[in-house]
Amino acid sequence: MTQRTGPHLAVALDGAGWHPAAWREPDARPAELFTARYWTDLVREAEAGTLDFVTIEDTLALQTDTIPGPSTVEPGGPAGPTDRVQGRLDAVLVASRVAPVTSHIGLVPTAVVTHTEPFHLSKAIATLDYVSTGRAGVRVRISTQHAEFRHFGRRELGEFRLADSAEPDTPSVLADLFDEAADYVEVLRRLWDSWEDDAEIRDVATGRFIDRDKLHYIDFTGRWFSVKGPSITPRPPQGQPPVTALAHAAIPYRLAARAADVVYVTPHHRDQVGAILAEVRAEQATAGRADQPLHVFGELVVFLDTSAQAATAGRARLDDRAGAEYTSDAAVFTGTPGELADLLLDWHAAGLSGFRLRPGRLPHDLAAITRGLVPELRARGAFRTGYEANTLRGLLGLTRPANRYAA
Amino acid sequence: MTKPLKQIHLAAHFPGVNNTTVWSDPRAGSHIEFSSFVHLAQTAERAKFDFFFLAEGLRLREQGGQIYDLDVVGRPDTFTVLAALAAVTDRLGLAGTINSTFNEPFEVARQFASLDHLSAGRAAWNVVTSWDAFTGENFRRGGFLPQEQRYERAQTFLRTAWELFDSWRGDEIVADKDTGVFLRDPHAGAFAHHDAHFDIAGRFPVPRSPQGRPVILQAGDSDEGREFAASSADAIFSRHGTLAAGQAFYTDVKGRLARYGRSPEQLLVLPAATFVLGDTDAEAQERADVVRRQQVSGQTAIKFLEQLWNADLSAYDPDGPLPSFDPRPGENTIARGRASVRMYRDPVATAREWRALAEAKNLSIRELIIEVTGRQNFIGSPATVAATINEFVQSDASDGFVLVPHVTPGGLDEFADRVVPLLQERGVFRTEYTGSTLREHLGIDRVTA
Repeated sequence: MTQRTGPHLAVALDGAGWHPAAWREPDARPAELFTARYWTDLVREAEAGTLDFVTIEDTLALQTDTIPGPSTVEPGGPAGPTDRVQGRLDAVLVASRVAPVTSHIGLVPTAVVTHTEPFHLSKAIATLDYVSTGRAGVRVRISTQHAEFRHFGRRELGEFRLADSAEPDTPSVLADLFDEAADYVEVLRRLWDSWEDDAEIRDVATGRFIDRDKLHYIDFTGRWFSVKGPSITPRPPQGQPPVTALAHAAIPYRLAARAADVVYVTPHHRDQVGAILAEVRAEQATAGRADQPLHVFGELVVFLDTSAQAATAGRARLDDRAGAEYTSDAAVFTGTPGELADLLLDWHAAGLSGFRLRPGRLPHDLAAITRGLVPELRARGAFRTGYEANTLRGLLGLTRPANRYAA
Repeated sequence: MTKPLKQIHLAAHFPGVNNTTVWSDPRAGSHIEFSSFVHLAQTAERAKFDFFFLAEGLRLREQGGQIYDLDVVGRPDTFTVLAALAAVTDRLGLAGTINSTFNEPFEVARQFASLDHLSAGRAAWNVVTSWDAFTGENFRRGGFLPQEQRYERAQTFLRTAWELFDSWRGDEIVADKDTGVFLRDPHAGAFAHHDAHFDIAGRFPVPRSPQGRPVILQAGDSDEGREFAASSADAIFSRHGTLAAGQAFYTDVKGRLARYGRSPEQLLVLPAATFVLGDTDAEAQERADVVRRQQVSGQTAIKFLEQLWNADLSAYDPDGPLPSFDPRPGENTIARGRASVRMYRDPVATAREWRALAEAKNLSIRELIIEVTGRQNFIGSPATVAATINEFVQSDASDGFVLVPHVTPGGLDEFADRVVPLLQERGVFRTEYTGSTLREHLGIDRVTA
C-alpha cells in the first residue's frame, strides 16, 4: 500500500464545466452532454489521474444561476436562459453507465433527498456498488428551489431562507429540510445493513435460500416518513457506501456530522479552515460521532493553465462571453497546476484531508488536474502513483464497517 | 397465395424471485452480482434478441408472518442495473419493471429519458401498478391506493410521463459556440398537468431521448389490463400455455386496438415462456422432470398448499396426502407480497379439484404441486422447440416470447446456441440487428412530439 502523505482528490463533474460559458470553449463538447461517451471519457480521464472519485451534479430542475438558495423563477412562466447549458441526465444512472468501463475510481452521484424515496435510493446506490464492485458513494442534497417542489406537486417549499443555515437553534424550513435529510440517510444506512453479509445460505437440505434471521426490518419511524424494510437488495460490497454532503454553514455541518463520511466545505482563505474544522468537529461530538472518521474536503473552482497569465486570460475570456464575472459559493482558483499544488498542500496542512475540485471548463481543467496537478503533487510525494485499493472506502482509508444488526 | 412469414421477437427474462428459478442447481450462480446480469444480457445480444427484461418486487415476500426463504431473494435496483448493462451491450433493448404507485411521474420520466440517452435508444418500461399497504410500508407515500383505482392511476401516470417526454421536441439544443446560443427555445421542457392524481408544472430537465419515449410494456391478463395495453402499450406479456388459449388471447387484444385508432401490429403479444432442451425430446422430458423436482422441493410444496388453504400446514408431510379439510375462507392472510395467491379465485373449488386429482393419480402433496403449478412451456430437442415456437407465432398465438431461463446466469446459453440458429435457418428470426434502437427491433415507430 502506498504511504498516504498528501490530500485526497475528487473532481466535481457538471455539464461542460462550472463556468456558464464553458460550453463555448474550443475543446468543449456541448452537443454530446447527453451521451454515454462524453461521461465515459471524463471519468476515464479522472481515473487516468488516479483521483479518489468523481461526483456528478444533479438537481430535479433545470439549471439556474442560483447557488443554493430559493428560486424566484415561475415554472412554465418566464423564459429560461438560452445562452448556457440546460438539461442534464440522472446522475445515478450516469455513474452506473460509466461503472463497467472504469475499474478503480469512486463514483459519487448527487441525489436529491427531499422528494425521493429513501427505499429507492438505498437500493440504487447499493446496485451502483454492485455494478462497480465497491466503488459507489452518494452525495445527498436537499431541494432549495420552488421549481423542484412543483415538479412533484406534493408539498410546498415554504419560507426558505438561506441565511437560516447559520442558525441551528432556530426552527426554520431550512432546518427541517436538513433534519429530514438526516433521517433519510439514516434509512439508507439501515437498509444497507438490513441484510447481513452471510444471509444467503443456499441450504439444499432445508430448502432455504436465505437465513431469514439474518434479514432485518429496519422499522424506521420519523417526522417525515416511516420505512419498514428490509431492503430488496442485499448488503452492498462496501457494506456502507460513503455518504457525502456539501456544507456552507452550521445546519449543513450538523447534517454532515450526523450522517456523512465526507463533507465538502467552502473556505475562501486558508485562515478560515481552522474555524470550519472546529465547527464540524464540534457538531460531530454533539452527534456522538467524534470517534468516527469524517473527511473534510475543501471545495474549489479551478481555472488552470500552463502560465498564470494564460489562466487569467482564459477566465477573462469566459467571463466576457458570459457577460459577468464568475462568482461561486466556493473559492475560485485561477493559476497554474503548480500554484494549485502549493495551495492544496498548504490547506491540507491546515487540516483539510482532501479536496473536491470543480473544473471551470470540461475537459480542459480536468485534464489540467490529471496531467498537471497530479504530477506536481506526485513530484512532491503527496499523491498516489497508482490505486492502492479496489473500493472507494479503501481509497478513503475507511474500513468496511460491521453490520449494525449482526449479533 | 401463402401468408408471409412473421418475424419472431424474443426477449430474455432475468430469472425471477420465485420458484421457477432453480438456485439449488450446481450451475446456479449469483442473483445479485453484476457478472450474472452481464452474462445473460450478452448471451441475449449474441443471439440477436430484442430485449433483456427485469422484473421488480418492492417488498420481500412473506408467508405466515415471516420472510419467505425458500426461493431466490434479492434484486438490484432496476434503473441502475439497466444503465450499467447499457455499457456492456450495444443493441439489446433494456426493459425494466417500474411501479406507478410508489413513484412520481417526474422522477420516473427523468430516469427513463436518461436511460434512453445512456443506452442510445434502448429503454423499455413495463408499467405495473400495486395497491397493497404491505409494500407501501417501505415508502413515504404509503399504500394509499384503492385496488379499483390502480389502472386509473397507471393510465394517468403514463399519460403524465408522456407529456414530460414530449415536452422537448428534439430540436431545441443548438449548442452553437460562435453565436452563444445553447438552446433555441427558452421554454423547452415546459409542462403542466393537473388531475385527480397529479398536480405538477414546470420544465422537464432531460432533452428528448433517441426513442422519443421508451417502449411501453404491459403485463396483465385482466380485462382492464388488456384494455390498458390496447390503448397504451407497445407489447403485452401474458401467460397462455396452449396454442388455442394463446390464439384466443391474441385475437382478443389485437381486436381492441381499433377503438384507440391503432393498428394490430402496433401491439406485440409476447407471452412469457419457460423451456427445457435436450438432445432428443425424450431426454428433454427427463430433464424437465428433474427441473420440476428442483423447483418444487417438499418445503416449497407445503408453502404452495398453504397459499391455497390460507392456513399453516407445516405439520403436513409433503410426501403424504393432502389435508382432508377445506381451505380457510376469507381474505388470504398467509402469504403477502406475491401475486400467485390471487390466482385462486375460488379456493374451496380448487382444493376439491386438487384432491380429486391427487386421489385419481395417487399423488403426494409434492407430486400434486409439481403437477398443477407452472410447468415448462417448451420441452424438447432444439428442432422441436424451434418448430413449436414458430408454430405459435405463425398461427397467431403470439408475436414471439419472453423466455424465462430457470438457471442464472447460463440458462439461456443452450437456447442461444442451439435453437436460435434453427429459427434463423427458417428465416423467421434476424441474423443481424438491422436497427440500433429497441423500437427498430420491434418494428414500432419512434414517437415524435
